[in-house]
Amino acid sequence: MRALNKKLVRNLWKLRGQVLAIAVVIASGVAVLVMSLSALDALTETTDAYYERQRFGEVFASVKRAPQRLLEQIRTIPGVRSVDDRIKHLATLSIEGFEEPVIGQLVSIPEQGQPRLNQLVLRTGRLVSPGHPDEVVLSEPFAEAHGMRPGDTFQALMNSNLRTLTVVGIALSPEYVYTIGPGALMPDDHRFGVMWLGREALEAAYDLDGAFNEISLGLLHGTNPQDVIDRLDRLLERYGGTGAIPRADQISNWFLMNEIRMQKTMSTILPTIFLAVAAFLSNMVLSRLIATDRSEIGLMKAFGYSNWQVGWHYAKLVMAMAGVGILLGWASGAWLGRVNTEIYAEFYRFPLLIFRPDPGVFAIGAIVSLIAALAGSLGAVRKAAKLPPAEAMMPPAPPLYRKTRISGSRFILWLDQPTRIILRQIVRSPAKALFTSLGIACSVAVMIMALQWLDSIEKIVDVFFHDAQRQDMMVGLVETQSDTSLQSFRRMPGVLAAEPMRITSAEFHVGTHYHRGAIEGIPGDPKLQRVYDAGGRVVPVPPDGLLLSTALAEKLNVNIGDVIDVEVLEGRRPQRSIPVVDLYETYIGMTAYMNIDAFNRLMGERGSLEYVTLLVDSNQLSSLYKELKALPKVASVTLKDAAVQEFNETMAETILIYISFFAAFACALGFGVVYNSTRIALSERGRELSTLRVLGFHRGEISYILLGESGLLILLGLPLGCLAGAGLGWFMTSAMDSELYRIPLVIEASTNAIAVLVTLAATLLSAAVVRNRLDHLDLIAVLKTRE
Amino acid sequence: MSQSDKGKATLVGDTLTKIYRTGAIEVQALRGVDMQLLEGELIVLLGPSGSGKSTLLNILGGLDTPSSGHVRFRDLEITDGDESILTRYRRDHVGFVFQFYNLIPSLTARENVSLVTEIARDPMTPAEALELVGLGQRLDHFPAQLSGGEQQRVAIARAIAKRPDVLLCDEPTGALDSQTGILVLEAIERVNRELGTTTAVITHNTVIGQMADRVIHFGDGHVVGTETNAARSPAGGLSW
Repeated sequence: MRALNKKLVRNLWKLRGQVLAIAVVIASGVAVLVMSLSALDALTETTDAYYERQRFGEVFASVKRAPQRLLEQIRTIPGVRSVDDRIKHLATLSIEGFEEPVIGQLVSIPEQGQPRLNQLVLRTGRLVSPGHPDEVVLSEPFAEAHGMRPGDTFQALMNSNLRTLTVVGIALSPEYVYTIGPGALMPDDHRFGVMWLGREALEAAYDLDGAFNEISLGLLHGTNPQDVIDRLDRLLERYGGTGAIPRADQISNWFLMNEIRMQKTMSTILPTIFLAVAAFLSNMVLSRLIATDRSEIGLMKAFGYSNWQVGWHYAKLVMAMAGVGILLGWASGAWLGRVNTEIYAEFYRFPLLIFRPDPGVFAIGAIVSLIAALAGSLGAVRKAAKLPPAEAMMPPAPPLYRKTRISGSRFILWLDQPTRIILRQIVRSPAKALFTSLGIACSVAVMIMALQWLDSIEKIVDVFFHDAQRQDMMVGLVETQSDTSLQSFRRMPGVLAAEPMRITSAEFHVGTHYHRGAIEGIPGDPKLQRVYDAGGRVVPVPPDGLLLSTALAEKLNVNIGDVIDVEVLEGRRPQRSIPVVDLYETYIGMTAYMNIDAFNRLMGERGSLEYVTLLVDSNQLSSLYKELKALPKVASVTLKDAAVQEFNETMAETILIYISFFAAFACALGFGVVYNSTRIALSERGRELSTLRVLGFHRGEISYILLGESGLLILLGLPLGCLAGAGLGWFMTSAMDSELYRIPLVIEASTNAIAVLVTLAATLLSAAVVRNRLDHLDLIAVLKTRE
Repeated sequence: MSQSDKGKATLVGDTLTKIYRTGAIEVQALRGVDMQLLEGELIVLLGPSGSGKSTLLNILGGLDTPSSGHVRFRDLEITDGDESILTRYRRDHVGFVFQFYNLIPSLTARENVSLVTEIARDPMTPAEALELVGLGQRLDHFPAQLSGGEQQRVAIARAIAKRPDVLLCDEPTGALDSQTGILVLEAIERVNRELGTTTAVITHNTVIGQMADRVIHFGDGHVVGTETNAARSPAGGLSW
């Protein structure tokens, strides 16, 4: 090995503490990038492969009842490759040991073998066998939630008939990756489950012999789904079709894609911020580190090395340091990416997992980190190499301090000398000082950005579930009912109040703007389901016209007073132009409210409702549940407390994990910055501090000078970090806006406090390491040798 | 200091040895040195570089500990002292002047001196100390605004401001030209004469020996000879 390379290796070993601290900073950036992008890739690839293998449908439509002979016509629609018709119905289930009503989504499968589309992945047991109408295949999450296995039985209320069903198999379906019940926001595997029965069993139960009420289509490659949908809608309209939807709008896929989109935002923006911060820090640290090596640079030049050779030597040093960080980042990023993906796979119920990290992601992380590190250090090398060797070998002249306005002031006279040293050091090189403060600020900001999610989610839950909803549960009815049924609900045990509600699919058109959603009809002065503006007010429901969420108004580009062309997709399918009367802001969904009486007039119906919201006495829940389970007209029951709990649990599973990764990385940043800046300050000023020791200063007193400076800069960085954290949080939450959620930026004081305290702890740790070094300063060596 | 104190030993080194171990190599820097610094005298330690004189000075000043032997300051045994006793000793009794000044660049001349007076028991004011070394006009200059000789005189002012009992100077003129060096030596001489501070100056410049009460010759880790000057030559009259 050449002497210069030996020097390199030995320098690296000597600087190992700092090498490691810089490596940790670089590794954080690289790891976050690799972790996020590889998990995202895995999620997308897994989804694609799953859909492909199980022939997930590309167009879906539901009707009231259509004859099977219609299938011939559907098959002839250009672009249709395969057609699968079936029967789908909701049923109320009674499961032993579970008091609350459970809703089952019954789906028919052929008497023998797999359906043509939306095929099941059998996890245990078998599919149903012909001639056994009581056999059922359960979806795995539902079976797991209730601990059910093949051979177990439960009861289902199917069209007024109470039937006992026997579990024969447990399966997963691409159609229900995200199993969400009617009216729910999050999967609730205890209260909603999908199950597959033989076709004949459902035909008999729901009087659909020779008919179907749901259809899915597979398309030929390159077919535009909209063309197929238009033709299909025309065919199905007279059979009560509510409008076919492309795969993109299929509920499970829509949620999944929405999540993937959110993940994509997170995994591009966050790592970019992180990598940029890490790059900036390594750049600053390395430039200072190399500046301390100036006499060696002079020496090398005195021996006859060219500027280029000197530069290359330090480039190698920096690449080795960055290299350690990159390798660490690759390894931890790949590992965390895998862990992350496994968590997703668990949450989304994929039967397979494709984890093939893209080498490009690794390369990007490495290149960005290397360039940042090299850029920082080469500037310092060039500066040192420009000096004549003789000058470079001499210690730098004492840095010039000047009297400033503060130094003559009363304030400075009042300070002792060590404090003056600290202040002048900062005033003299504000760039260096700023670096430490900025580094700390970055660390705090990243932590706040991560932690504020919890505050935001709490705010969403508060507004959506607590402020707006006064009901304890919402009961969905099998069909539109007259308001006499409202009276029967009011008479049920424990019911304190009941209000009607309608949720009806509709399309909204304004010029070229379009939205497919629903109109919710509620009473003019609701006591239970209220319209609550996120700003903190209850919005009255106007007697006529639409009360729109601001998100929907934005999507349709309308304001109060504008008119929307509404096409209701159910009943007589009325089309009407309706004015926007008021707007309200909500964090979840894009709801259009209407006074239920006005809506019924629009539908040409009288006193109709599809949902009942209930306020109940919690002491009488058992008997209420018993009655609800026995009521044939009940299609679904959504409990608010369960929904809140489910919401929180889901968030805990997904977001919390992400947050903890970021909190850990933020700590690594904080530690790396403080350790490096104090450690470099120590090598720059070891002589000065040793002199003070010789003059009779105690260890604590010189620690005060070095660490006091860092401490002051950290204190400066903390509020900066809180500000920057709010900025980053705002940026992230606005980037995450989707049709499903708008995330409000909420940062509680406790979040700021936690971020500050955690960062302080990380910095204290690094200060303790440096303090240990300070205690072992070699007084004589430092005084004899010059720098 | 009363007349009767003259001739009493302020600082005593007794059979001092110092062995440096770096890896497998042992370097014997001191090989059993006995020496006394008498109250108020000015001695010059002369010797080639590597002869061990700096090691001796460091041990006498409480910057380093001997491998064997004892150092006694008046009645205080400092050899057995732990770190805090050594710090205390340096803080209260010893003033150091180094070849490379070691001023704090972020503090003015006055503040560099204040650094010491703030922690000393009975110091003179920084202005007095700087006046004593002839820098009464440069109180508020930063090190970067002072010449090498001026910086060294600030270092001397800083060393003597606490009225130390012992002033130890390691090659105080080593980094200076002869003219400036003489100004520095004059300052040291004045401190010794006017404050009665026991002073030891290390140098390899034999001319400087003429200003001392005693000259101790050092070579290869021990004292090779001592000469007493009948009369001290004033520093201002020296030249090299």
